Amino acid sequence: MKEDTRIGGPSGKFPATRWSAVLAARSDDPQERSRALAAILEAYWKPIYKYLRIRWNKSNEDAKDLTQEFLAQLIEKDYLSDFDPAKARLRTFLRVCVDHFVANQSKAASRLKRGGDALHVALDFAGAEAEFVRARSPLTVGASAESFDEFLEKEFVRNLFTLAVADLRVFCEARSKLCHFQLFERYDLDDAGLTRPRYAELAQEFGIAVTDVTNHLAFARREFRRIALERLHEMTCSEAEFRREARALLGVEST
Amino acid sequence: MNWLSDEAISRLRSAGAEPDLAGTRYRPIERIASGGMGSVYVAEDATLGRRVAIKILDVPDSTGDLAARLQREARILASLEHPGIVPVHDAGTLADGRVFYAMKFVEGERLDHFSEREVTLPGRLRIFQRICDTVAFAHTRGVLHRDLKPENIMTGPFGEVLVMDWGVAKILRGNRISTPAEPPHQPSRDDTGTLAAASSRTPPKTAHGAVLGTPGYMAPEQARGDVEHLDERADIYSLGAILQFLVAASARDMQTAPPALAAIARKAMDSDPAGRYTSASELGQDTARYLDGLPVLAYPENAFQKIARWAARYRSAIVLVLTYLVVRTLLIFWSRR
Repeated sequence: MKEDTRIGGPSGKFPATRWSAVLAARSDDPQERSRALAAILEAYWKPIYKYLRIRWNKSNEDAKDLTQEFLAQLIEKDYLSDFDPAKARLRTFLRVCVDHFVANQSKAASRLKRGGDALHVALDFAGAEAEFVRARSPLTVGASAESFDEFLEKEFVRNLFTLAVADLRVFCEARSKLCHFQLFERYDLDDAGLTRPRYAELAQEFGIAVTDVTNHLAFARREFRRIALERLHEMTCSEAEFRREARALLGVEST
Repeated sequence: MNWLSDEAISRLRSAGAEPDLAGTRYRPIERIASGGMGSVYVAEDATLGRRVAIKILDVPDSTGDLAARLQREARILASLEHPGIVPVHDAGTLADGRVFYAMKFVEGERLDHFSEREVTLPGRLRIFQRICDTVAFAHTRGVLHRDLKPENIMTGPFGEVLVMDWGVAKILRGNRISTPAEPPHQPSRDDTGTLAAASSRTPPKTAHGAVLGTPGYMAPEQARGDVEHLDERADIYSLGAILQFLVAASARDMQTAPPALAAIARKAMDSDPAGRYTSASELGQDTARYLDGLPVLAYPENAFQKIARWAARYRSAIVLVLTYLVVRTLLIFWSRR
């Protein structure tokens, strides 16, 4: 949990700090830039890997190599300096970059294997591949660009929520509230069983009162929301963009 | 838990979007609407055992501007006690930091949906008069609505007509609505204090050049972003557009609408504010004159039109007199044979 970029503060309010990884990635300060790039790569490497698997029909090994090479070029060639948030979302920009990158790579007779050392983010490709196989997306290579945008969006959200859940666990553990997290995990994340467990069942399972289940779950959800928004905030450039993205992330559309 | 299924993501979305009403007297039931900055939920007031509508800020707001705007909207509503304006019951900040206010839950339908049904023209005009009365009341309290349109009017099953969504209202100089001036309140986890306790910053003023409102219902000066010089006549323009909508929906289009009504709408929507009605009351009264068969301010009549209107107004009496005269004539004619 990065305390210095906490958005909401301890009582779960909206962002107090306004650190944007996308903006910081253009910083002259190497440390700031490195930290920002790490945040962006952490949020996007997995969606990019899965995108390469499905959109370009790459094998596991090829997608792995291409992901590493693309991310290395993203840093070396400073792709993000061309990103204009007024014109497109970061996800769309990255998708276009990936497409160009792969098209150029395909033209090359041989591919230069490199890049892994430049990245400061652990890339668990085995885990990403397992997720890819498990998700079984119905998309095929010939699908429209909009469909792939949606796919990338969905995988971005999945990855962001996954990271937020991991952060939440650390947050709860550090405050001796592991029970809160476990309840949240059991009630909101666990897919075992056809129906959601009832609060009374959870109370019995965890040996606590039903009111505690309600309160613990409320706490965990509140913190999850705060952490997820904090991570999202890093991926946006402006307050307006952040608000738009937050509503989309939480599925709140104007009616 | 390394991989999140689509179902889990959907649950997380809901968990993140739903307001954290823990510690309040409200229990969420469902979200019924979402707007530019907030969503409206139906909730159960556990203390009083009734349903209420809760408007909650649901977009991140690191600057606090949106929270201040929502709080300001609650204060404006609270200051406008009128049958045509939904009453506010409560306001404050939720444990998750989101600002909210609770108001009466209005069960009815929006005016745009209502007007799709078969409603007579007089029925529509009576609703319009109620809208004018409400807006006129707000104007006397120094409040401009600035976003009047059929979507922001609710009609209830017992004849209620409510003007909703005062989120972009402008407070005119000299009004009596108090504005919060304390620093932002930082609620604790269980803090669900009332608005007075949770009052925040000075409400944001709309910058000159900012355009708030809805095209088609927005006065030209409002569309230009001339915020400083907006006055009641901007709302009168919107009322004219609503009248046009109601009449056109009844007459199928404005071409076949009664000329006097079309003239009322035209006068209300004059591109020059000086050419419009001077108040919402005046507009409502002109509409009432039309309903009563009286001459309207907006439509100077020639002699033929005056006679036609007079005849229409006293149609029953004229028919009776004519019938009497015909029968009398026949009787005289019959008695002389």
